[in-house]
Amino acid sequence: MPIKVLVAKPGLDGHDRGAKIVARALRDAGMEVVYTGLHQTPEMIVNAAIQEDVDVVGVSILSGAHMTIFPKIMTMLSEREVDDIAVVGGGVIQEDDIPKLKAIGVREIFNAEASTQDLIDGIERIVAETGRDRTRRASTGSAQGAPAR
Amino acid sequence: MIGHRVHRDLARAISAVENGITDYRGALAQFAAFGGPVRGDRRADVIGITGPPGAGKSTLVDRLIEGFRADDATVAVIAVDPSSPFTHGAVLGDRVRMQRHAGDPGVFIRSMASRSAGGGLAPATRDAVRLADEAGFDIVIVETVGVGQVELEIVAVADVIVVVTVPALGDGVQAIKAGLTEIADIFVVNMADRPGANASAVDLKHMVREGKRDIPVLQTIAQDGTGVSELLEVLNAKRNGDDTNAVRAVRFEVVRRARDEAVRRALATLDTHDAAAVLDRLRDHELTRNDAIDALALMLGGPAHAH
Repeated sequence: MPIKVLVAKPGLDGHDRGAKIVARALRDAGMEVVYTGLHQTPEMIVNAAIQEDVDVVGVSILSGAHMTIFPKIMTMLSEREVDDIAVVGGGVIQEDDIPKLKAIGVREIFNAEASTQDLIDGIERIVAETGRDRTRRASTGSAQGAPAR
Repeated sequence: MIGHRVHRDLARAISAVENGITDYRGALAQFAAFGGPVRGDRRADVIGITGPPGAGKSTLVDRLIEGFRADDATVAVIAVDPSSPFTHGAVLGDRVRMQRHAGDPGVFIRSMASRSAGGGLAPATRDAVRLADEAGFDIVIVETVGVGQVELEIVAVADVIVVVTVPALGDGVQAIKAGLTEIADIFVVNMADRPGANASAVDLKHMVREGKRDIPVLQTIAQDGTGVSELLEVLNAKRNGDDTNAVRAVRFEVVRRARDEAVRRALATLDTHDAAAVLDRLRDHELTRNDAIDALALMLGGPAHAH
């Protein structure tokens, strides 16, 4: 089954050429890429990730707001019991911040030097490692998810 | 009440069907185990939105969501975009136009790659619609890939079909050609502020007048919402059940003929020598019936299938 990825652009920065290049490169690598457009709030990103049931959320941030946006996304994914969805980041992110982001669960940061091939390899590796196996999730998930609304 | 958990469970049930991990019944059972479908006696009304690429289908869907939510109806959207026949990858971009509804628990939007199915839908679209229905959504909107003239699978899924077109795509002859125009319950000429909108609407109205069914022809500008309230009115009238059953017969006829045509085209490509060889091997007990069926289906362009 194809890997499904959400490519998200949070915040106010209005530049999504990079995100579109990424979306197309992932498509050409055989992935199904959901693109959400500009100016997404963390809540919109998390809701889209849930409804689309993606394997990976790729968040592109050029504005410098990554230390506020990523924690919100990670917290919300956990609250909604979908923290098996992997989160990766890209854009302009200072080296110093990368360990901090990884400490809150962001799986990988792809900076400006990363090629689209690095990105493809990275996502394929993460999905393989996570073993976010929809088969397993489909059968055992129901037992864990039993508490009713 | 449809909450975030329903969103998650519905999304995962759809994935299970989409990826062939379980069939519809299995997905439904799994979904029920989560705390369950909340569907009572009512069924969702299923609205199909189809038309050529770039006609404004997603923007129109965004407006319809807005309109139905204003009436407190909950809405699920299944939006299909094409998979690459070369890499099987896809960019699913229909959400872009609908993102302002992303925070609303009464709205569920799911993109689906067509996964090389023809017909304008994905193989799992029908099951996704049924699951969304079971989840308790009042309305399910199915947006097809941008279609040409013969991608008509939506007929088998939707109760009401809106064919969206744009001005100056063709003349009166296009309007009377078979295919897409035969399945419409409502025609919408979108981007009606562009030149030729009236002429396109008139062509469609002429065609409708000569046909057996009364099909409304509306004009909209989805971008700013012009004409959407009229479309909602017509959709609500259809939902409250006037002639949807009467058109069903026509739809089945179209589907049947589309299927016949697909079979005819496939058979035209069959190498009769190879096919005869398979049948000879069946006769000589070198192949089981199922093996022979698989071999012939493969020649006809179908996927290999385990029995």
